[in-house]
Amino acid sequence: MAKIIIIGNGIAGSTAARYIRKNSDHDITMISGETRFPFSRTALMYVYMGHMKFENTKLYEDWFWVKNRINIITKWVQNIDTNTKTVAFYDGSSISYDKLIIATGSKPNKFGWPGQDLDGVQGLYHLQDLENMESATQQGIKKAVVVGGGLIGIEMAEMFHSRHIPVTFLVREASFWDAVLPPEESEMINKHILAHGIDLRLGEELLEIKGQHGKASAIICKNSGEVIPCEFVGLTVGVSPNIDFVKPSGITINRGIVVDEYLETSVKDVYALGDCVELANPNPGRRSIEAVWYTGRMMGKTVAQTICDKPTKYEPGIWFNSAKFFDIEYQVYGDIPAKTPAHITSLYWKHPTENKAIRINFDTASGAVTGFNLMGIRYRHAVCEKWIADKTNIETVIENLSLANFDPEFFEEYESAFVDKYNQKSSKSLKLKSKRKLSLVERFLFS
Amino acid sequence: MQPYKSISISAHHHTETIKVGQKLALSLVGIGLLLQMVFWLSFKSDDAGLWLWSSLGLVTVGSLWYTFDQYRNTLPGIKNNNNWFVSLTSRKEFAWILAIFLTGFYVLLYWFPHLLGQGNEEVKNTGLVALFDPLSMFLKGKPASQWFVYGAIYTLTILLMGIKFIYKYRHSKYQVYRTISIMFFQTAIAFILPEIMQSLNKPYYDFKNIWPLNYYFFFDWNIDAMLAAGTLGYFMLFWGILSFLVITPVLTYFFGKRWYCSWVCGCGGLAETAGDPFRHLSDKSLKAWKIERWLIHSVLVFVTLMTVAVLVTRFTGIRNIFLIDSGTLSSWYGFFIGAAFSGVVGVGFYPILGSRVWCRFGCPMAAYLGILQRFTIKLPWNKEAKRMSKFRITTNGGQCISCGNCSTYCEMGIDVKAYAQRQEDIVRASCVGCGICSAVCPRGVLRLENL
Repeated sequence: MAKIIIIGNGIAGSTAARYIRKNSDHDITMISGETRFPFSRTALMYVYMGHMKFENTKLYEDWFWVKNRINIITKWVQNIDTNTKTVAFYDGSSISYDKLIIATGSKPNKFGWPGQDLDGVQGLYHLQDLENMESATQQGIKKAVVVGGGLIGIEMAEMFHSRHIPVTFLVREASFWDAVLPPEESEMINKHILAHGIDLRLGEELLEIKGQHGKASAIICKNSGEVIPCEFVGLTVGVSPNIDFVKPSGITINRGIVVDEYLETSVKDVYALGDCVELANPNPGRRSIEAVWYTGRMMGKTVAQTICDKPTKYEPGIWFNSAKFFDIEYQVYGDIPAKTPAHITSLYWKHPTENKAIRINFDTASGAVTGFNLMGIRYRHAVCEKWIADKTNIETVIENLSLANFDPEFFEEYESAFVDKYNQKSSKSLKLKSKRKLSLVERFLFS
Repeated sequence: MQPYKSISISAHHHTETIKVGQKLALSLVGIGLLLQMVFWLSFKSDDAGLWLWSSLGLVTVGSLWYTFDQYRNTLPGIKNNNNWFVSLTSRKEFAWILAIFLTGFYVLLYWFPHLLGQGNEEVKNTGLVALFDPLSMFLKGKPASQWFVYGAIYTLTILLMGIKFIYKYRHSKYQVYRTISIMFFQTAIAFILPEIMQSLNKPYYDFKNIWPLNYYFFFDWNIDAMLAAGTLGYFMLFWGILSFLVITPVLTYFFGKRWYCSWVCGCGGLAETAGDPFRHLSDKSLKAWKIERWLIHSVLVFVTLMTVAVLVTRFTGIRNIFLIDSGTLSSWYGFFIGAAFSGVVGVGFYPILGSRVWCRFGCPMAAYLGILQRFTIKLPWNKEAKRMSKFRITTNGGQCISCGNCSTYCEMGIDVKAYAQRQEDIVRASCVGCGICSAVCPRGVLRLENL
């Protein structure tokens, strides 16, 4: 029975704990100064918006961790000594380990703007960020500015919007999240943000933050020079690995904690997972740091195997992700680059009036389907994944597209419109072959 | 990283709750208001019609206006902002006032109808009951009773709150169609049709109210009334047995219990419309689930034993079945389950316990449907045991982010997330298939399906 210490109780760390317990009788301890029990970080916005209480965001009820004999320590770690195999806390105490898992996630970026450390200036990542955001705004403020057009930025804009706090949203890029979304989808989101009454400033950056009595009072825009009075500035310009405390330990660090394909660091018996990790050899087409929920969860499962004497390489599989931009749901399966490469054909259909769109990419030469992008329409993960993995020909995919539809019953189905779009482009006359039916989906997936 | 200073999130005024003393104080206010209303309404007027129509008209116009105003400047989408901050929907002041008011109303309705103005052979209706005489005269040519008043208010509530619900969920056709269905069944089948039949001197019968929810179906007086009503009466008796024995299992096999609980049933109808703002208040803990299973199946056993006793008495004349007089048994059921549980607790506590307390913990029909929905059966010609229903909620691969919206907004208190985050189908006896988990999911993870 080995003594396993996990630093961090996010999705990566808590998944590792859960699966190590499933596969073994090891002595497991999970450490977090942030919260006693694991919760869903991505749901913090809903607590601020009043959809849920913090309690509702917990991954499991509190007894779950006791029942599964996972020891909990609610302290902040100060440093790691890999020679004596101990972890030291800020309160002076320490704990020893046989195997250590570091899963400390990210921290919000700050790029040295004047005024970035004033009160009312912050990012949103930890529970404590939410608490600070709450106390900075709960008396009601006249204006909030959100800097940075990514997923957390738009979430923050939605959070303020829910409390009727006017928001100015500075996005450096010419169009929202255009490094990830293709132009049409990005434009759809621009319009949707504006439709919600958000003051969206595309192609605008932050120059500096002005303060009064130590509190944020205004920002100055870099390009227009405009001064925007505000009481809160959200800095959502990306995140980076939260690894400062690891630096003195001698564990190899680049931008993140460098790990091999077994998620092991440069030091034996020390593993790292999730957002704080930088893969030494990522799969082709994938980034070395992927700070998303799903990869954290996969890494947690993988490392649990390795720790339980079944060495397993991390294999993230086919990329997928999802988000919700105000009212528009977004799902992606496979590879949908913002700029379509020359050898790929990208077929895009948009609903004439509503915020719904389907995009399918395929290899022009071979016809193999490479990715799906959905706006306001739900597609089935397993079906899309299988098509991509099998390099299924676009025409087969198109004829069976209804198998992928995951929208609720009675929702209008747009697969035939997409087929028409393909026929128009290719001068073919394909037709939908199969219907949307669970039994057909199961036959397709398991045959 | 420097440690953050720890601030308890419960310190924020948004999540503060009121103290027990305050709850009691507000309860007194609620009862006070109720008493005022009763006595204010206990007057005699020759022109109840004017009062009635203006009252119902004002309520209708006011509610629709409120609804329209609430959502008109919003884009279609999920509207759950501030639910945990607003007093009425977060078990704070207004929630307690409303809960006490509703509870008190049910107590008056069941046990003190004369305080609502219910008359008898000698005394004409007064007060609230008299207020509804004109509508009752119009529908069936007889003065109102407290149950007529209740039915009218109940139906109007489902209609008005149903319109609100449809407007709120206008982006979801599943929600829109489902709500139109419950509005139709309540208005036409539960309210108007039985009243018209009564005006034709036929027995009162709500064709969609199936035993064991309709616990008095096999009571002597009900059977006698049906047997005395000729062909129509025989059809009612036949329909009642058919709907329990054949229609319910067949439809549940194809669609799950939702065909009844979220598309047809009146209790479900009220919960889905008037109860919608309170759906997140249901208890999701494992403990609550354990209580639920004990309680609801106990009620099913109770109603079955009670009905068997009543029927045995009818056919054999033996009164003491199961050591208790069958009449006593049935009146106990009527008091504890039919009135106290389904009405007083079931609806009165909407603002405190959530909207489906009765459906989840008490309804014997839901228990029966749940068994049909959940359990597996191995027939001789099948290799493996098969689920008794094709209905399930499937999860969309790995897209779940464990956010908890699905569990929070499950009015039945199912911890949907527990399944979704493990990529398991959700197959639970209690699931009424309202589809809200799927609607509130920000990542498109859940889908209600019939295999």
